[in-house]
Amino acid sequence: MIDVAVVGFAQSPCLPSAGTTSGVETLVPVFQEVLGATGLSKQDIDFWCSGSSDYLAGRAFSFVNAVDAIGAYPPVAESHVEMDAAWALYEAYVKLLTGEARTALVYGFGKSSAGELRRVLALQLDPYLHAPLWPDSVSIAALQARAGLDAGRYTERDLAVVAARSRTAALGNPKAQVSGRDSADDLLAAPYVADPLRAHDCAPVGDGAAAVVLAAGDEARRLCARPAWITGFAHNVDSPALGVRDLTAVPSATAAATAAGLRGDDVDAVELHAPFSHQEILLSAALGIDDRVRVNQSGGVLCGNPMFSAGLSRIGLAAQYVMSGRADRVAGHATSGPALQQNLVCVMEGA
Amino acid sequence: MNRAAVLGTGQTEHRTRRTDVSMAGLCREAIDRALADAGTDWSDVDAVVLGKAPDLFEGVMMPELFLADALGATGRPLLRVHTAGSVGGSTAIVASQLVQAGVHRRVLAVAFEKQSESNAMWALSIQPPFTMPVGAGAGGYFAPHIRSYIRRSGAPPHVGAMVAVKDRRNGALNPYAHLRQPGITLESVNASPMLWDPIRYDETCPSSDGACAIVIGDEAAAEASDRQVAWIRATAMRTEPTYFAGKDHVNPRAGYEAARALWRAAGITDPLEQVDAAEIYVPFSWFEPMWLENLGFTAPGEGWKLTEAGETGLDGALPVNPSGGVMCSNPIGASGLLRFAEAAMQVMGRAGEHQVEGARTALGHAYGGGSQFFAMWVVGTAPV
Repeated sequence: MIDVAVVGFAQSPCLPSAGTTSGVETLVPVFQEVLGATGLSKQDIDFWCSGSSDYLAGRAFSFVNAVDAIGAYPPVAESHVEMDAAWALYEAYVKLLTGEARTALVYGFGKSSAGELRRVLALQLDPYLHAPLWPDSVSIAALQARAGLDAGRYTERDLAVVAARSRTAALGNPKAQVSGRDSADDLLAAPYVADPLRAHDCAPVGDGAAAVVLAAGDEARRLCARPAWITGFAHNVDSPALGVRDLTAVPSATAAATAAGLRGDDVDAVELHAPFSHQEILLSAALGIDDRVRVNQSGGVLCGNPMFSAGLSRIGLAAQYVMSGRADRVAGHATSGPALQQNLVCVMEGA
Repeated sequence: MNRAAVLGTGQTEHRTRRTDVSMAGLCREAIDRALADAGTDWSDVDAVVLGKAPDLFEGVMMPELFLADALGATGRPLLRVHTAGSVGGSTAIVASQLVQAGVHRRVLAVAFEKQSESNAMWALSIQPPFTMPVGAGAGGYFAPHIRSYIRRSGAPPHVGAMVAVKDRRNGALNPYAHLRQPGITLESVNASPMLWDPIRYDETCPSSDGACAIVIGDEAAAEASDRQVAWIRATAMRTEPTYFAGKDHVNPRAGYEAARALWRAAGITDPLEQVDAAEIYVPFSWFEPMWLENLGFTAPGEGWKLTEAGETGLDGALPVNPSGGVMCSNPIGASGLLRFAEAAMQVMGRAGEHQVEGARTALGHAYGGGSQFFAMWVVGTAPV
């Protein structure tokens, strides 16, 4: 069995607009940072894998330009998923498990500011029956939030508490797009964006990129004083039919956590990809996260949610807690699709 | 690394417009056939990998999400691969690695394109800022590379038409092929309109709706099969940028290096001698001799001689695209997986009328983007 670890992580600042034309300008400094920290050059990377979306970029083959950020000549072994780069990390992890590669650099990028994100995401829905009605992503999240309220899973104040805690935590995160010292009462005074969600309950729209370096066995030990060894990595997906799902349950997150060996009481910290405040509560329940566990110390994606790299960054941030010695066992989570349809869990620990 | 094998394959009838099915129905047509061919069912599938080319081709963002139920992925891991035209091949490779890594026992790989849902020319016409538009579609992009090949190799002008005749006649033996033209001749190809000099109408691939699916299993699953499986002997993927000083569009280094890595991993020292059938991604007829050289079946400049001598025909030394290939069916995202599946069908002895007699080792090949993304595999009747 080959052991695989996260040995490096870098992310760009989350910005309302990165002001760039493609992913290349955002990725180049991120690659420099993550390669510099591990002492690797691009020739040392056995496998590259990325995650991004043509619909976000508004054009076909948008990931092709990003290859320019690698400087992929001589040619490289490379692949791409049309998903958050957390799933690209999974593909690279599997590649390392086969033994065909010993190092991998995984990156994600996205420029949400190029369009109107909540309407763009409506195009993820069934194109024959749902998408023509244009139910946008915030409205669908609001339906889910309402279902949770009606089921007594939380109150509107609970949502504001999640947002307030996240914004305060983000004060210590220089990459965050928003942060603030607001109390739950302050936040509850704000108007609804999509009842029962207020602006602070919704992840800000922004641009960004991130990269994670994976290494196997002794290579990981050589590159990093304290690698974040991956002990479990799994993902799962729920039905797309919103009317069929119990929107207050997230069975795919529970299944991923079970397959990844995550017990909610045996980790020190988790980074959850919860683009809406009520989703942090639903996910914590689905993953069985214990009250003692530190959740989203980065401020989470409520304070910066660059599409298609934010999930990867949850894993990178969690890995950093291990690599820096601040935690022994952590989990990073990523989500995709309407109302938490698809979920991924990566559990990591120190030596 | 654990052994993996193709247990079964399935594909749709490929047509210009499959208005009789939805995207879900198109995928299920291929999946149901693959599961039946593999002698298995949903209860044995551990994960699903979906591949397709740009989402703008159907007008749905990440369609695997809305297709999750139809793909049988609900409650399972679902990955979505997109590596441009090579994606079908990449999809098979990602699926095979899930088995080779020991993560899963059986994985379903699916690829589709339903171009009739949207407009591919529109989807391909949205240019990034500060990039010079080609404005001539894929044929206009690749025609200069073909002219360069002809000039460099000194190939006689009828070689492209010969490939078209061979592939379309092969396609007539394939019940799933979109274009089936048993009566096509060199004269009729040469009488067809010139689209992008030197590519004539009959030398270009069609636009198709279609899907392909394969079931990949581990050693135990393969040995439990009572029919011949296709053992995956080696896979390779390589990428280079679209444009850079020194780019060789005729003989791209990414394809060359992928092939070298592939042959090495498969223990093949003389591809022309040791490979019995090849399914090569040939969207325009002239790409057959070009890729024969890039893949190392011949020396540079010599590929056209193999074609001209008829050695790439069904009864030649190296039958190329016995299925008719991309020249007969081109559901873009699925085209690569069709090459990989057809290669598997050859060594499984399940290729029907286009079966290459006694095929024991076969190549599946796909490429995409500006001749910059390459994916390939070697399958055989035995694991090594």
